[in-house]
Amino acid sequence: MSGSTFVGMPAFPKAAHEAVGNTTLRANLRHATHTIRDKRAKAVAELDDWALLREAGKQIKDHTLRHLDTYLVQLEEAVTAAGGVVHWAADADEANRIVTRLVKETGESEVVKVKSMATQEIGLNEALEAEGIHAYETDLAELIVQLGHDRPSHILVPAIHRNRGEIRDIFAKEMGAWGRPAPEGLTDTPAELAEAARLHLREKFLRAKVGISGANFMVAETGTLVVVESEGNGRMCLTLPETLISVVGIEKIVPTWRDLEVFLQTLPRSSTAERMNPYTSMWTGTSDAETADGPRAFHLVLLDNGRTDTLADEVGRQALRCIRCSACLNVCPVYERAGGHAYGSVYPGPIGAILSPQLRGTASEIDASLPYASSLCGACYEVCPVAIDIPEVLVHLRERIVQGGPATRHGNRVVLKPAKGHAAERAAMRAAGWAFTHPGALRAGQRVASRTRRFHPRTLPGPGRAWSATRDLPLVPAEPFRDWWQRTHGDKESGK
Amino acid sequence: MSSRDIILGRVRRALGEAPRGDAPESYETAVDREYRREHGARTTEETVDLLAENLADYRAIVHRTDPEELPHLIMRLLNERWPDTVLVPPGLPPEWMSAADPPRIHDRAVSTAAELDRSGAVVTGCAVAIAETGTIVLDGSPDQGRRRITLIPDHHICVVRVPDQVVSSVPQALERLDPTRPLTWISGPSATSDIELDRVEGVHGPRTLEVVLVSGG
Ligand code: SF4
Repeated sequence: MSGSTFVGMPAFPKAAHEAVGNTTLRANLRHATHTIRDKRAKAVAELDDWALLREAGKQIKDHTLRHLDTYLVQLEEAVTAAGGVVHWAADADEANRIVTRLVKETGESEVVKVKSMATQEIGLNEALEAEGIHAYETDLAELIVQLGHDRPSHILVPAIHRNRGEIRDIFAKEMGAWGRPAPEGLTDTPAELAEAARLHLREKFLRAKVGISGANFMVAETGTLVVVESEGNGRMCLTLPETLISVVGIEKIVPTWRDLEVFLQTLPRSSTAERMNPYTSMWTGTSDAETADGPRAFHLVLLDNGRTDTLADEVGRQALRCIRCSACLNVCPVYERAGGHAYGSVYPGPIGAILSPQLRGTASEIDASLPYASSLCGACYEVCPVAIDIPEVLVHLRERIVQGGPATRHGNRVVLKPAKGHAAERAAMRAAGWAFTHPGALRAGQRVASRTRRFHPRTLPGPGRAWSATRDLPLVPAEPFRDWWQRTHGDKESGK
Repeated sequence: MSSRDIILGRVRRALGEAPRGDAPESYETAVDREYRREHGARTTEETVDLLAENLADYRAIVHRTDPEELPHLIMRLLNERWPDTVLVPPGLPPEWMSAADPPRIHDRAVSTAAELDRSGAVVTGCAVAIAETGTIVLDGSPDQGRRRITLIPDHHICVVRVPDQVVSSVPQALERLDPTRPLTWISGPSATSDIELDRVEGVHGPRTLEVVLVSGG
């Protein structure tokens, strides 16, 4: 899977340890997560039916996943009927090959991109670059990341690890190599920096012939795609080019038009804590010659890349309900201290800890350690607008890493052996060691969480019940791990 | 085997053999939709007030007028900022612009993005406005035009007929909209909070959004 792992990425505990030592990063993260977290609570409180919306969102997604084959075929028909072309990509390499071919067929050597986690997941920019095609990121934060030769660290605010002074320096130094240089005497005020980005990118938008996007939702019954954003760069990429290529994970389907009424209420409030994000674009197929409203050619690349493997896991499958709002990141005490880069994946924070090891498997040390990147405080579950029980999946994945067990890789049923040489246990102990040597991380978690919450299912739901009925699932110890650690290691801790 | 068959086969194996029912047919009853169609009980007037309040809260500039005063208001708003030219969709009611002096450009299918970039302002109608979220929705009808014309100029003046075009909530708005049309939902001007979470208006879309609520007539 090219581009899907951060090359040379150390496992979570090591990366987290380094991040914790970076005080700028920690201060930025703390400011960001707390600000968004508090605003979110207010935005959610405005809707007195939040619990019902959350439940409906969960049910819609679960139903869709249970009938994913039917809805994929229905979506394909609807998109095709509206003038679009649907492509299927089993893995990252195939998706990259399809997109590269489509761009080459237009005769163009540059594309404008609206921020998309799916294209980051498959390493599309690098794959295009290798074929001589320049992909310009147009979201302000992504632009900062791209110009800074860097990686995004948060789903929603990818450049949160950068301060305004650093951003100014990056713009002044790098913009010229990519197009219109930064204005002389650029200061570090956010307004001036945004203006510099506006000028730099406008030139690209106005000449771009090919746009590449992801999508927040795809409606099976109508073939409509939905992109939610703030800056207008999305609208630029979606409407100005002649050709639009959207790369979207197969789990992003909702069955009906009406279903958007749930997610367009829960996504903005969970994500940016706004009643509604500034811009939402919806399009169905291509425009006709008469109106010329939008691209004349539209390609939809449906991406699997580990999603069907995740679907095959009845406990882990719920991770596919995720609408990428990032609310779970902002409440996570571990994320707040470790930062997005420590997760070594496009999907950081609690959702990354359960999604990445499922999409990529747990063969690498970083993936095997991710399910331990949590204090199981449960705050992520409480805020999740589609009620993904992240702690439940974390425990499930830990179990699979330590004990082995049935799993699906690339569509094939396999039985995983317990992690070799206790690598996972070592990773676990180091992750736990990290968490427990940073008592603040745990305390913060436990403040939000109810310690009485039961994370651990006694039996697995559905057909898994029979399997678990004859086996003991690993028990959650009566004594909380933190207390045990305190008791056995307490005197050795410096309490940093 | 094609990748389509591979993926669909993997989905089917992942879901197992158990009967699942025919999805689209059973969908009506598959989801509990007990959530509200709108939040709170409001009179029509209160709903319009809420729209105005939420628009302003998201830094749109809100004006209220009647059909008679509308052309003068539009003239004043345009003159205040002196754009050289004003872009209008082909089906904009001509009387709206009857008092304004700047030269008007009617958007045509052949107009390039670079040509549109020369306009300082655009005047449009809308399809529906949502009070609870402070959102206006454009659907590409002749009085709203192509999506790009409300994107490229720096100043967007949008006329909303109240109360006819106002709904309370997102569910009510979706009911009124046609998914086959290109739709743009706009809540306040373009904005970013990417630099240290400081909000800055107008990154790529219009920096100024003025919404004119026209009642009566
Ligand atoms: S897991 Fe839930 S809270 Fe986290 S990003 Fe996904 S939808 Fe949002």
